[in-house]
Amino acid sequence: MCAKRLCLPDPAAAVTDELIASHIEPNSRVIDLGCGDARLLEKLRDDLGASVLGIEIDQEGILGTIGRGVPVVQANLDEPLSDIPDQSFDFAVLSQTLQQVRRPKDLLQEMMRIAHRALVVVPNFGYWKIRLQVLRSRKTPVTEALPYEWYETPNLHYMTLHDMHDLAEQLGYRITTEIQIINGHTVERAWGANFRAESALFIIENTTS
Amino acid sequence: MTAATTEDSQKDDACSVGIVQPQSVTLFEGSHVLQLEGGGELGQVQVTYETYGELNEQRDNAIFVCHALTGDAHAAGWHSPEHKKPGWWDDLIGPGKGLDTNKYFVICANILGGCQGTTGPGSINPVTEERYCRDFPFITVRDMVDVHTEVVKHLKIEKLLAVIGGSLGGMQVLEWSARYPDQLQSAIVLASAAQLSAQGIAFNAVGNRAISQDPNFNNGDYYDTEGPKYGLALARMVAHITYLSEASIELKFGRRLQDNTELTYGLLQETEFQIESYLHYQGNQFVERFDANSYLYITRAMDYYDLTHGSKSLTEALGKTKARFLIASYDTDWLFPAAQSRELVSALIETGKHVTYREFQSPYGHDSFLIEIDQLTELVVPFLQRAQQDSQKTVAP
Repeated sequence: MCAKRLCLPDPAAAVTDELIASHIEPNSRVIDLGCGDARLLEKLRDDLGASVLGIEIDQEGILGTIGRGVPVVQANLDEPLSDIPDQSFDFAVLSQTLQQVRRPKDLLQEMMRIAHRALVVVPNFGYWKIRLQVLRSRKTPVTEALPYEWYETPNLHYMTLHDMHDLAEQLGYRITTEIQIINGHTVERAWGANFRAESALFIIENTTS
Repeated sequence: MTAATTEDSQKDDACSVGIVQPQSVTLFEGSHVLQLEGGGELGQVQVTYETYGELNEQRDNAIFVCHALTGDAHAAGWHSPEHKKPGWWDDLIGPGKGLDTNKYFVICANILGGCQGTTGPGSINPVTEERYCRDFPFITVRDMVDVHTEVVKHLKIEKLLAVIGGSLGGMQVLEWSARYPDQLQSAIVLASAAQLSAQGIAFNAVGNRAISQDPNFNNGDYYDTEGPKYGLALARMVAHITYLSEASIELKFGRRLQDNTELTYGLLQETEFQIESYLHYQGNQFVERFDANSYLYITRAMDYYDLTHGSKSLTEALGKTKARFLIASYDTDWLFPAAQSRELVSALIETGKHVTYREFQSPYGHDSFLIEIDQLTELVVPFLQRAQQDSQKTVAP
């Protein structure tokens, strides 16, 4: 199935892009999985001199990416990225998409195969507004960060920040950085993060590397 | 084969390049002979080519089109108002089309070894003043590209904005980008591969055998007779099947009968089914326009082609290329399967090159690159626009 990037409202997307860019080292090789129209990759190329590659399945996204002069390979994130050689990138970016793929664990492993580090931004299902809605309403929660009804959501999996730590540990990875997005602002090491953050960025490395 | 429906009115259409005049040039004259990859040399190579659009003042808007096995230099427009069919890629080339002749200067040349105006086995050998026939030297894709580059030099173009081609044309694009990295800004490779699959070689073997065993083949010296018509037609029939797909044959013909409403139970009825009639028609048409010796030489060049030849790996073979690539495959193409395109993509990524890849969906098999022009146009337009924009950026002081 098509794993398109979640369309966050623009200010949030800008915050996320800004956050990701601030963690990419200049002149590194970056692959963005589900790059959309490569707004982020264009920025990384132009501002940081990164060598970039987008992965996208949607035709509109592919055309937009080509229009920005960013190389793009059509692929489905629900399948192995077999065209991408091992460790051919410094960073693999996956922004607001992990919850939309069928096998998040497999994709995370693919990211660690193709890149030295994975940079993942995920929505936090442990966010207090969601918890409150689950408690108070008889319906599946709908929030600014997860703005879909259950029957039309592209989000197949709901994870909390704690869940991400568990998965990383299970796969033998180390989370070297974790930044929360709270009320549209980025906060490092926030108190009560699993409760307060609407989403978070993780930088994940292999423990053996 | 193009899918264009051609009305007379289209010839003056604003989207057509209109009436075009093939041009001819003799290259590799004097001591500057063409050194062939398989050994030997060739002098006084005549090349027929066509151009569409205008070369700009900076001479940086040129796109070279590499045609496939049985194509020719006539890629767009009409040779005369009486002609029923336009050039083979007319849907892609013209004002406002994918290769927009309002913006770009498009060149297409008949390949070395061909029979549509460029020196081939049916041409007169300037030394003996007789046809080459089987004295024509063995040629390769590399030799074809070497002749193309000479045409480009003749047109006083230092660097092409793009080289584009499908199938054998795509092989030329790959060879060009690997061998002459400074001559092209971008490379568009459609339904192609770094080498012909064993399956492809197998089909060529059948076709070549059909030609060489035709009683009229006469070891390639047949130009005063009707020649190996049956063998060549048979070769084309077999090859044509490989250009289609199970789905497209089903779609176009199914099991429908050609002339009768009932089966005739006649073994000699060769065109009982529509698909049979279609293949016979393709075979007959082909004999009218193609030379059997050219077919043998060019299919052999295709069999031999291997981009990795002389390198340790595909990655190494593509290591020096400087072009940005657009690679596309078609999901029903079984002659040049998508996996072969993806191999190229993988190698280009590994060596850090700029590569964009798209696998199109189409029922038309290998022929899709000649038929499915809308989806190709959609991709090629922003790709070329951006390639041109970025090339001007790098040249600017």
